[in-house]
Amino acid sequence: MSKIDYKKISDQPEFEALLRKRNRFILPISIFFIIATLIFPVLTGYTDLLANEPFGNISWAWIYAFLLFIMVWTLVTIYMSRAKKFDKEADEIIRKYKEGEYE
Amino acid sequence: MNLTVIIMFLVFVGATLVITYFASKRTQSTKDFYTAGGGLTGWQNGLAISGDYLSAASFLGIAGAIALWGFDGFFYSVGYLTAYLVVLYIVAEPLRNLGKYTVADMIAARFELKKVRAFAALSSITIVIFYMLAQLVGAGALIQLLFDIPYSISVILVGIMMTIYVLFGGMTATSWVQMVKAVLLMIGTLIISFLVLLTFNFNIFAMFGEMKNVTAPELEGSFLNPGAQGNSPLNNISLIVALLFGTAGLPHILMRFFTVKDAKTARSSVMWATWIIGIFYILTIFLGFGAAALLTREEIIAANPAGNMAAPLLAERLGGDFLMSFVAAVAFATILAVVAGLVLSGASAFAHDIYGQVIKKGKMTDREQMLAARTAALSVSVLSIILAIFAQDQNVAFLVSLAFCVAASANLPVIVYTIFWKRFNTQGAISGIITGLVVSLALVILSPNVMDPSGSAFIAMEPIFPLDNPALFSVPAGFIGAFLGTFLGKAESHEKYREVKVKSVTGISTSDVSH
Repeated sequence: MSKIDYKKISDQPEFEALLRKRNRFILPISIFFIIATLIFPVLTGYTDLLANEPFGNISWAWIYAFLLFIMVWTLVTIYMSRAKKFDKEADEIIRKYKEGEYE
Repeated sequence: MNLTVIIMFLVFVGATLVITYFASKRTQSTKDFYTAGGGLTGWQNGLAISGDYLSAASFLGIAGAIALWGFDGFFYSVGYLTAYLVVLYIVAEPLRNLGKYTVADMIAARFELKKVRAFAALSSITIVIFYMLAQLVGAGALIQLLFDIPYSISVILVGIMMTIYVLFGGMTATSWVQMVKAVLLMIGTLIISFLVLLTFNFNIFAMFGEMKNVTAPELEGSFLNPGAQGNSPLNNISLIVALLFGTAGLPHILMRFFTVKDAKTARSSVMWATWIIGIFYILTIFLGFGAAALLTREEIIAANPAGNMAAPLLAERLGGDFLMSFVAAVAFATILAVVAGLVLSGASAFAHDIYGQVIKKGKMTDREQMLAARTAALSVSVLSIILAIFAQDQNVAFLVSLAFCVAASANLPVIVYTIFWKRFNTQGAISGIITGLVVSLALVILSPNVMDPSGSAFIAMEPIFPLDNPALFSVPAGFIGAFLGTFLGKAESHEKYREVKVKSVTGISTSDVSH
């Protein structure tokens, strides 16, 4: 079993670019869904903003909750497709490392 | 108890024992025992995650809470589901790439010191014990209700089944029991939902319209609007914080990511899980509304004050004895799948982390590791059965949300810093875990769960801390504790972080370069 030279990989501009891209993708979306979720109990607990019933007897509170469900499925789908692109770049980095292109 | 219930019950028990028999033949190594050989596919693990996560409290508890409290009963489902975005975006892939069997493995991938692993294992064990105790006590009461079997016999029955699955079939049996349960649970809820919708002619607006008229003296405000249950807003916020951040720190859920071969499969298993779990929570609305429409409030409360019998009673009204028996069997399957997962994650923390890595320093043969794993599984089972029998008359339902709270406060901050923060060090990891754990526990001891002037809790006095769930304070405390610890501790070389970074982003392993 050979040892992996992690420093060599992490010093590659390709690796740094991938890491930055990943973080730039993950961070804003994570902040978004955390706020979207936490604001829900604040809105229902301290305001009447979600009390109106725009569709029959279905109030905004229910619609907000359903939107959060849709948000989850949408963000999962977005993640899956973005991650596939990151996979390709990661595989490329591993391939180059294996074939000694970083020597 | 009638014949249909007994037959369904025996069919389920028989089927899971057959699964366990075949699983036991495939459980040869420690890797098989803890991770089912790491060979599950995305959809299989997605189903198993759902089976591990959706407890009887979600199935019977949420349906009943919606039937009694309308919107307020549904409310927390939002937190239970969005939590999987934290799992997917932040934790799942690095965890899969860095760990082996446990969460502590992942943290130890950066900090080799045995102390860090010991503390990480300690918080996992705390979480598992709380979660398990609540599940077993709830299971005992529920089986008593569903099958009319006395409490302690119910607990022992569940205990024996979970021990058999884990002891002989390890993760393979546990995973398949969880998958079967998830499928049964979905079938059960789909059938009831369909029948409920049928009574409303598939008109959702008519259903909400009818719910608008639900009234009861104990409802504080409209059934369809937030606040009917009269919970304090701050309590709700705190509980949502616990759920949102806690799921990504629950050892038995995180352990499931080691059962797949790589990060790609880990990610697709979360995708499957979010669809299954999300659809399930939507369906609980139909279950709850159906119960509120077709049953009287009095009969739901008479069967169980918390509403746990709403779904089985509704099933009986809609599909007679047969459907009710099916729902009871599903509830039993649900309980077993969750507790089996808990036993396994508790056993891994004891046998792999504490005994194997901290005490034996990783120097054990596979045979010895298997023996340790099985001994630990047996001990965890026996201990939790005994605790559950003694806790019969205690109100321990709050321990589930406390488990989420400890996971969110002690585990998640350290997991996040381990992956993303370069400066993070050993001192920070230890102080993060301790702060999260101690603050959660201390605040709960001072909370209305433990202190109640009416004497219904453990200590008869005015609670010092007003919130039922301390996550709103303990989660920030965990992050701050880890942060301060890092600055008080010595700066460490960045070599390990570089390794963590490369591994978590690329998933590179020695097998990639050794051939």
